[in-house]
Amino acid sequence: MSVIIDILSGLCLLAGAIFSLIGAWGLLRMPDFYTRVHAASVLETLGAGFILLGLMLQAGLTLVTVKLLIIGILIYFASPTASHALARAAMVRGIKPLLAKPEE
Amino acid sequence: MGRPFGGIVIETLIVNVLLVLMAFAVLVLARTRNLFAVVVLSGIYSFLMATILVALDAVDVAMTEAAVGAGVSTVLLLGALHLCKSEEARPAHRPWLPLLLSLATAGLLIYGAMGLPDFADPNAPIHQHVAPRYLQNEVDVPNVVTAVLASFRGFDTLGETVVVFTAGAGIIALLRRRKHKEKGREGIAMRDDLVLLVVGKLLIPFILLFALYVQFHGDFGPGGGFQAGTIFAAGIVFYAIIFGLDKARRVVPDRLVETLLAAGVLLFIGVGVAGLLLGGNFLDYFVLDKDPIHGQHRGIFWVEAGVGITVSGVMLKIFYMFASRGQREGNEE
Amino acid sequence: MLAGATLALIVCVVLALLRAALGPTVFDRLQAANTIGTASVMLLALFGFLNGRPEFLDLAITYGLLNVIGVIAVLRFFRQGDLGAGEEPR
Repeated sequence: MSVIIDILSGLCLLAGAIFSLIGAWGLLRMPDFYTRVHAASVLETLGAGFILLGLMLQAGLTLVTVKLLIIGILIYFASPTASHALARAAMVRGIKPLLAKPEE
Repeated sequence: MGRPFGGIVIETLIVNVLLVLMAFAVLVLARTRNLFAVVVLSGIYSFLMATILVALDAVDVAMTEAAVGAGVSTVLLLGALHLCKSEEARPAHRPWLPLLLSLATAGLLIYGAMGLPDFADPNAPIHQHVAPRYLQNEVDVPNVVTAVLASFRGFDTLGETVVVFTAGAGIIALLRRRKHKEKGREGIAMRDDLVLLVVGKLLIPFILLFALYVQFHGDFGPGGGFQAGTIFAAGIVFYAIIFGLDKARRVVPDRLVETLLAAGVLLFIGVGVAGLLLGGNFLDYFVLDKDPIHGQHRGIFWVEAGVGITVSGVMLKIFYMFASRGQREGNEE
Repeated sequence: MLAGATLALIVCVVLALLRAALGPTVFDRLQAANTIGTASVMLLALFGFLNGRPEFLDLAITYGLLNVIGVIAVLRFFRQGDLGAGEEPR
């Protein structure tokens, strides 16, 4: 049983690491501010979610899991809010999204 | 003691990588002229510093660094930034001599540091004197840092608290203007940013509750007065930023903040005087109860409470002063 | 696997730091700072597990909270020029 939990936890951590790397890579390489915000949000939701899930599986049913849950809820509430506020402020400041050229 | 992962090699590798990142952030920070970017980068620097401290297993310091450096400092620097230009002026002369001096001093320091004993070497001289006595833990508090801070080195902490109080008093003395009733700008709260309003309402009670948790859990885990005071002030600052300074001033009025400023220090000194009155020395906790160990617990509890109260008062007062000064200048234009 | 996730997150911090250094607009830098903050929260949780000390999680919660406060403070300053004003007339 514990072997299964270990394998699951390892898979979750691996998925979290991969999604985090994808998000950070996107943050660096995307051409425009709004697309970068979108890429970073992958890191904040999927990356964080899977890593925390993996850690929770390793911790079992203890206080540590509750704290990890609190961290997860906090990140899920706080990071998208910050991204939203950022995008909104950029919009107000006049940063235009990079749109595709209309087909001639 | 936690078991180091993958041996000392991986830990050293991670710490070195993070240090390089910090150096990189500092280099970019030094070369940037835009002060706004400087503030953001210094927040990043504080985050990295706190992570390194965690990797080095110094959790209380990391928490204080995170709370003060990455949270409240950023907000206060922004408040100060509003009052001055946002571009750094060009330096009047070339910095070759200062650079040379800095490099020479750095070289001397590094040369001196090479003579120190190895990091965390148990036979190092500093670990032979008071550390074994502290670790024997005659005050029976699981978190050694809190025990040292509040009990073994209580006078030192009293001095620090008074310094924090003095900083707050100094800011008040410098920035206070003649009071006049501030009319107008009474709050209509922000209606166009609904997401922030809702999330703020959810987060702020949690932040305040968490500050209390950190305060009272300081005996058993990382925490204590300094961290808790800063987190509490950060919660109220968050409220002020989202809902408006006027509303925040109604919830936590200026009088209350100034009272808190002084009350914490008085509480600390009061504990010391109580020790005197009960027959022991100043700040002697053993006499505070029939059972000396319980007396220690009581002493540490009230002393940490005093520290937390003063720190939260000072941080909040500084924020109020900076933010309202910006408001007034906006009104006068 | 824990060490692997830790290393991956450190690489994420490096990439975000590059964006913070490069970012043409200040909003890019802010987004990078937010990402570094979230990655640091994850790093702390992982360090806690690697070191065998679950007390680090209190620290991670502190980071997360202060990360939000910091980013929103910067935005409020940026949008309205000072930190005190909460109202915008409709």
